[in-house]
Amino acid sequence: MLTQALFRALDKKALILVAILILVAVAVPASNLLLPADNPFRLPNYAVPLFGKYLTYAMLALALDLVWGYCGILSLGHGAFFAIGGYAMGMYLMRQIGTRGVYANPTLPDFMVFLNWKELPWYWLGMDNFAFAMLMVVLVPGLLAFIFGFLAFRSRVTGVYLSIITQAMTYALLLAFFRNDMGFGGNNGLTDFKDILGVPVQATSTRAALFAASAIALALAVLACSMIVNSKLGKVMVAVRDAESRTRFLGYRVEYVKLFAFVVSAIIAGIAGALYVPQVGIINPSEFEPANSIEVVIWTAVGGRGTIIGPIIGGILVNVGKSYFTGAFPEYWLFALGALFVVTTLFLPKGIVGLIGQYRAATTKREQHDRDAPTPMQVEAGTDPQPNPAE
Amino acid sequence: MAFSKILATLIILLGAVPAYAQLVDTELTSLIDALAPGSFKDREAAIGTLVATGDQRVVPILETLLEGELYFDEPSGKVVFTTQPGGKGDLTDPLTEAELAPLTGDNLEKVKVNNGLRRVLRTAIGQMTLLSENSSVRLSAAQSILRDADPAQLELLDSALAAEADPTIRRVMEQARAVIMLKSPDASITDKTAAIAVVQAIGGRDALNTLTTALASAPDELKPSIQSAIDGLARDQAVWDVAQNVWFGVSLGSVLLLAAIGLAITFGVMGVINMAHGEMVMLGAYTTFVVQEIIRQNAPGLFDWSLAIALPLAFLFTALVGVAIERGIIRFLYGRPLETLLATWGLSLIIQQAVQRIFTANIREVGNPSWMSGSFELGGLAITWNRFYIVIFAALVFVALLLVLKYTAIGLHMRAVTQNRRMASAMGIRTPLVDALTFGLGSGIAGLAGVALSQIGNVSPNLGQGYIIDSFMVVVFGGVGNLWGTLVGALTLGIANKFIEPYAGAVLGKIIILVLIILFIQRRPRGLFALKGRSIEA
Repeated sequence: MLTQALFRALDKKALILVAILILVAVAVPASNLLLPADNPFRLPNYAVPLFGKYLTYAMLALALDLVWGYCGILSLGHGAFFAIGGYAMGMYLMRQIGTRGVYANPTLPDFMVFLNWKELPWYWLGMDNFAFAMLMVVLVPGLLAFIFGFLAFRSRVTGVYLSIITQAMTYALLLAFFRNDMGFGGNNGLTDFKDILGVPVQATSTRAALFAASAIALALAVLACSMIVNSKLGKVMVAVRDAESRTRFLGYRVEYVKLFAFVVSAIIAGIAGALYVPQVGIINPSEFEPANSIEVVIWTAVGGRGTIIGPIIGGILVNVGKSYFTGAFPEYWLFALGALFVVTTLFLPKGIVGLIGQYRAATTKREQHDRDAPTPMQVEAGTDPQPNPAE
Repeated sequence: MAFSKILATLIILLGAVPAYAQLVDTELTSLIDALAPGSFKDREAAIGTLVATGDQRVVPILETLLEGELYFDEPSGKVVFTTQPGGKGDLTDPLTEAELAPLTGDNLEKVKVNNGLRRVLRTAIGQMTLLSENSSVRLSAAQSILRDADPAQLELLDSALAAEADPTIRRVMEQARAVIMLKSPDASITDKTAAIAVVQAIGGRDALNTLTTALASAPDELKPSIQSAIDGLARDQAVWDVAQNVWFGVSLGSVLLLAAIGLAITFGVMGVINMAHGEMVMLGAYTTFVVQEIIRQNAPGLFDWSLAIALPLAFLFTALVGVAIERGIIRFLYGRPLETLLATWGLSLIIQQAVQRIFTANIREVGNPSWMSGSFELGGLAITWNRFYIVIFAALVFVALLLVLKYTAIGLHMRAVTQNRRMASAMGIRTPLVDALTFGLGSGIAGLAGVALSQIGNVSPNLGQGYIIDSFMVVVFGGVGNLWGTLVGALTLGIANKFIEPYAGAVLGKIIILVLIILFIQRRPRGLFALKGRSIEA
């Protein structure tokens, strides 16, 4: 049955996307590691973790798309799941520093020695084990999403109210992680990592491997999402998005459908966060900023929500633009980002992917027009906007 | 003038030379310069002569000497003040406070004091101020003795008390005397018993501290009465502490109310969350800043009126911006609340960045008009005027909005659209116009909030961001479509915050509140005062 689902999931578009991602996963590290330095096709060292970062962002956008684009839940707190996954990875990396820290304490990270802590808090136990840490990367965001979603969806908190309490969630976590007493390094967060799985984090080969891991993780996430949205459950998710009450009256347990989407999405976001941290080398509470989570929404919206490829395009494109803008015209980046929000919502409700669809629809109509004179009805039907996913 | 006669006799009795006539400045200056040379004994004599002049201008000089911050120019022997402690900064004349030419060499020497001289100085200052003709000088002198409670001042205090006629000053002096009595080891039991009652009547934390210290050294027969006085005071104190927390809570709640109420009506009427609401608050605060700058440059005398001028301007400006946003963006997103949220968030980024470009990211300080600075005491509560006025202002805005909604045509239309937009439209209400006006009104109120907030904090481009999440919480907690919900929500959150804070700390307190709200939403998904009816599900 799973193979069947997998085959169904691999419609043409998803297949192409996965193929491209695998190609990228091979090509980028190869170009960086194998080509000589003067080759024009060689990627410079700094670019590899940068591109890797974009891929993790794309994965985060994809995760948000699963709940927002397909299930109509606008989460303004997805950055929290991303950050928690990142913190789990960061904790593992902190434990790998060992005696190379400033205080050379074999078990305690530097900031704990600095705070005069005598032993490791219970929630740090086992984090030196990679497998256990990776389990936490999946479990903790998933569990948080499960509890939060269970409470919220059961009592039918919807629409703007839900968006606001997800924002409250990430804001509360932001405040909590800023506290030194939490044992997560306060506002400095976790940084100064040395090793991952016994190899240095900063090494070019490690970075290439991390990039490949990000690309493959994204490909797997694409597969998983594609499988979900093409399944019967995926159809119910879309039904919940478009007419929640009607779906409920038809006998579906709307809250469970939403909860499933929310938890899966949180897990994908957590994995993305875990891949993000070793590539940028730091995780701190600012990742919980509500503003960050809202930015993720715009990546998804720019690319096109309710599609698999859209959020990936959006996540990469917006962040490439951000890197360029913040370097070239730092004072205009917020103008550009703000304008992006306004323009996308006003003129591109279906994002870039939707734009291509619109263009295609327009060309077919023009061909049709050439063949026979349009009746007013046809024009009407052609320009009628699609039912909006956000409602 | 019987009073001044008594005073004059008293000063004679004290052995000081009565010299009411103000000396010529040059003579006084030479007397002041006499402080510098010679031994401590000579200095004591010089102080005596200065006191004998009875000139109030001597007091600051003696106080400076007491602090050890009085200097003299070594070759000329001229006594001077310095503008900064430690003999740094510019030199000023101690009498006229006029600036003096800076010294060429490093010849500034400190006028030295020892403990004996300090005692003499304290008495001299007390004498000059406690027995001054000016009642406010006497009052502040009595209060300073009450604060320090130095047993050495007892004699002086007694004589001043005998001469004092003003009941307010007498009371402070009696209280000071009682505190000294409790402190001094050789006061009689009867004096101390009387003093306990007086100190208890003062009330407050200081009295509690005085009694607690006294308890340790008190003779056994006094201990029960001191203890009962302490218990009584502690009980009062606990009540006042609760009252203080409630007041802080009300104060925070009124700030939240101001910030959230505009958000609540736009959310109620239009079903959209305006993420740029915080920026409207910020624009209101910057309007105040600009108004004050213009006043400072052109008409400094009008400064006390700056807020009255800024209020209507801020309202108009932000209301216009609000209408522009509604007409320019939001009306195209009608029926898509989540997209409105995103578009207004984008706008908030643009507005913030624009303000940052115009006014720079620096924190701007908006001045308090004189009637808003300082504080007053109400029983055991210390209430600052600016907080007080903001509470009043929030209440006024609330009532005004309530009246607008209830008794005006536009208010009626707004309520109708809130309840059932399509029905209202069918009845002939122009819903687009109502939307625009509602948005303008909500933004205008945010502007008013900005004027108020500029009085309790600094103004910076991200001022609004600090309030936006809290205002959301108020709206979500209180429910929409009902102003009372917003009021209850704001006050509840404000007071709850201030009661949790002492136990959990500010940050943890805030986290607890957020978690409680998230949990609360599970019970009441549409807030405390939800609109009932079928129209909600539309």
